[in-house]
Amino acid sequence: MNGLLQHLPIVPIVAPLVAAATILFFTERSRRIRVAIAGLSMLVQLGAAIALLTLTTDAFPDVWTQGVGVYAIGGWQPPFGIVLVIDRLAGLMLTLTAVVGVAAFVNSLAYWDRVGPHFHSLLQLMLMGVNGAFLTGDLFNLFVFFEVLLAASYGLLLHGSSTQRVKIGLHYIVVNLIGSLLFLIGVSLVYGVAGSLNIAELPAAAAALQGKERALFDAATSILAVAFLIKAGAWPLNFWLPTAYAAAAAPVAAVFAILTKVGVYVLLRVGSLGAGADVLAAIEGSTMLRPDLFRGGMYYLGILTMGFGIFGMLAAQHLARLVAFSAIVSSGLLLTVIGLDIPALMAPALFYLIGSVLATSAFFMLSGMTERTWRSPVQLPTAAPEPEVPPHYVPFGVRRAPALHAQDDEVGVAIPAAMAFMGIMFAFCVLLVTGSPPLSGFVAKFALLSAAIHAVDGAPLSAPVWVLVGVTLATGLASLVALTRIGMRLFWSATGRNTPRLRVLEAGPVAVLVLLCIALTVAAGPVMAFLDEAAASLRAPQVYIETVLAGKEVL
Amino acid sequence: MEILFALAIGVFSGSGVWLVLRPRTFQVIIGLALLSYAVNLFIFGMGRLAIGKAPIIAGAGATDPALYADPVPQALVLTAIVIGFATTALLLVVLLVARGLAGTDHVDGREP
Repeated sequence: MNGLLQHLPIVPIVAPLVAAATILFFTERSRRIRVAIAGLSMLVQLGAAIALLTLTTDAFPDVWTQGVGVYAIGGWQPPFGIVLVIDRLAGLMLTLTAVVGVAAFVNSLAYWDRVGPHFHSLLQLMLMGVNGAFLTGDLFNLFVFFEVLLAASYGLLLHGSSTQRVKIGLHYIVVNLIGSLLFLIGVSLVYGVAGSLNIAELPAAAAALQGKERALFDAATSILAVAFLIKAGAWPLNFWLPTAYAAAAAPVAAVFAILTKVGVYVLLRVGSLGAGADVLAAIEGSTMLRPDLFRGGMYYLGILTMGFGIFGMLAAQHLARLVAFSAIVSSGLLLTVIGLDIPALMAPALFYLIGSVLATSAFFMLSGMTERTWRSPVQLPTAAPEPEVPPHYVPFGVRRAPALHAQDDEVGVAIPAAMAFMGIMFAFCVLLVTGSPPLSGFVAKFALLSAAIHAVDGAPLSAPVWVLVGVTLATGLASLVALTRIGMRLFWSATGRNTPRLRVLEAGPVAVLVLLCIALTVAAGPVMAFLDEAAASLRAPQVYIETVLAGKEVL
Repeated sequence: MEILFALAIGVFSGSGVWLVLRPRTFQVIIGLALLSYAVNLFIFGMGRLAIGKAPIIAGAGATDPALYADPVPQALVLTAIVIGFATTALLLVVLLVARGLAGTDHVDGREP
C-alpha cells in the first residue's frame, strides 16, 4: 500500500484539530487568516472523506479488501492498540459530515461567525469529534470523541449568547453530562465483564460469558444504549432537543443536524456487530446483544419517537422548532428500521438518512433567513411576548455584536429577488422533508415502504410493518400540514414584513444543499447500489471483525 | 473493603441524583460532581480491587499477571476525571452567566 495513502483515515481527525489550534494564534482582527485556515481545513476534510469513500467502494482492490480499512494508531496492533476503522458506512457518514460542515462554514461567514469569539475553532473541534466518532473502533475512544464533539457543541450552542441560548444551553449541558456519565458506567462495566473495549472483539468476548456475567453484560449494553439514545433524540429522552436546536444560531443548528445521526450511527454500528443474525452463525453460543431486547426496544422507541415528532411538528409555531421536530422524526424512523431488522430495509433507510440530514441542514439555514422577514425580533402572533431584559450584563466579555441583521454589515454580494429565492428554497425543503414527489425524500420513503411491504413474499404483512407504514405516511401528512401553515404565514401574510437582503455567502449553501438533494434524486440508482453494499457489509460483520483483528495473529 | 467501596459509590450516586433533581443550579452542579465521583470510583472498581499491586510491569521477561493491577481502568478513570473536570468547569461558567442574565438561580431561568 502506498505510504501516504495508509495515513488517510487519520486526516479527518487531525486536520480540524490542527486548524482549530492554529486559528487560536490569530486574534479576531486577522479574521481573513482565521477564515482561510478554517476553509482550508474544510476542503482537506471534504477531500479526505471523498477519497476514503472512494477507497471503500473497492475501486482500488489492492488498497483495502472488501471495503474495510484499518488504521492502527501509533502502529500498535489490536487488541492492545487503538484502531480507526473505515468501512462503507463510516465513509458515507464522513462525507455527509464534511458536506454539511462546508455548507455551515460558508453560511456562517455572512454574519454569525462575528457575533462571538472562536466560532471557527469550535466548529472545527466539533467536526473533529464527529469524524472521530464515525471512525473509531474502540468504545472508550468513542466516549472521548463524543466528549470532544459535545464540549464544542456547548460552545457553539451558546454562540451569540442571548438569554434564551444560555438558559437552553444550561439544560443541554446538564442532560448531556448525565448522558456521558451513563456512557462511562456502560463502558467500564463492559470492560469489567468482557475484558476488552475493541468493538470488533466484543462479540466473541460476549459469547464466552455465562450466567451472571452475561446478565451484567446485558445490563452494560442497555446502559450504553440509553446514552446513545439521548444523543439520537429518541423519545422520552429528547425534550431538550427542539428548544436547543431552535435557539442555536442558523449555521450551528445546520451542523447540529448531523449530531442526532451520530447516535443513530453508533446504534447501527454496535447493533450490527452485536445482534446481527450472521454473527449468531459465525460465533457459536450467543450474540453480544440480546436480539429480542435490542430489536424490540428500538422498534417501539422509534415508533413513539415518530409519534412525538408528529405532534411536535403540528404544535410548533416557529420554523426552526418545526425543523428540529422533523429531525426527531427522521431519528425515529431510523430507529424503527433498526428495530425491525429486515435486511432489505437498511439501504433505503441509509438513503433516507443522507437526504434528511442534507434537507434538515438546508432548512435550518433557511429558517435563519426567513426569521429576518419579521420586522421586530421574531414574534409570532400567538407566541407570548418575552419580557425585555435590560442589557445589564454582557456575558463572556463579548464586545457589542453588530446589530442583529443590520443592513449595513455587508460581506459579499447581495442576491436579487430575495423573497422569491426563499420561497423556492422553502418549497424544495418542504418537498424534501415531507417526502413528497419528485425529490429524494420521496425516493427514500417510497423505497423504504416498498421494501417493507415486499420484504416477506407471499406472506401477509405483520403488524409491526403495518404500523411502520402507517406512521411513516402519517409523518409525511403531518409535516406537510404544519409546513404549509408556516409557509403561508411566512410568505403570504404581507403585514409587518420586510424583504431582507440575502448575501450569496448565506444563500449559496442552502441552494447547494438543495441541489445536492436533487442530484441524489437523479443519481438514486447508483447511490442505492452503493448503499446496498454498505447495508450488506453491516449484515455480515465478519469481514469487519476479521480485518480489524488481522494484526492479532502477528503478535 | 468491597462493602465499603460499594457503599461509598451508593452514597455518592444517591446524593448526586437527589441534588441533580433540585431546582437550583448550584445544587445541580454539586449533584453532577458527586455523580461523576461515583462513576469514577465505579470505573476504578471495574479493574478489581487490590492492595499493594502496581499497574506497571517493571523490567523485561514474563511475569505473573496476578501480581499486578489492571492498568486499563486506571487509564480510563484518569481520562474520565480530566474530561469530567473540564465539562463541569464549563458548566460552572454557563451557570454564572445564566445567573447574571436571568437574575435568578432557578434552572428554568425564572422563579416558578
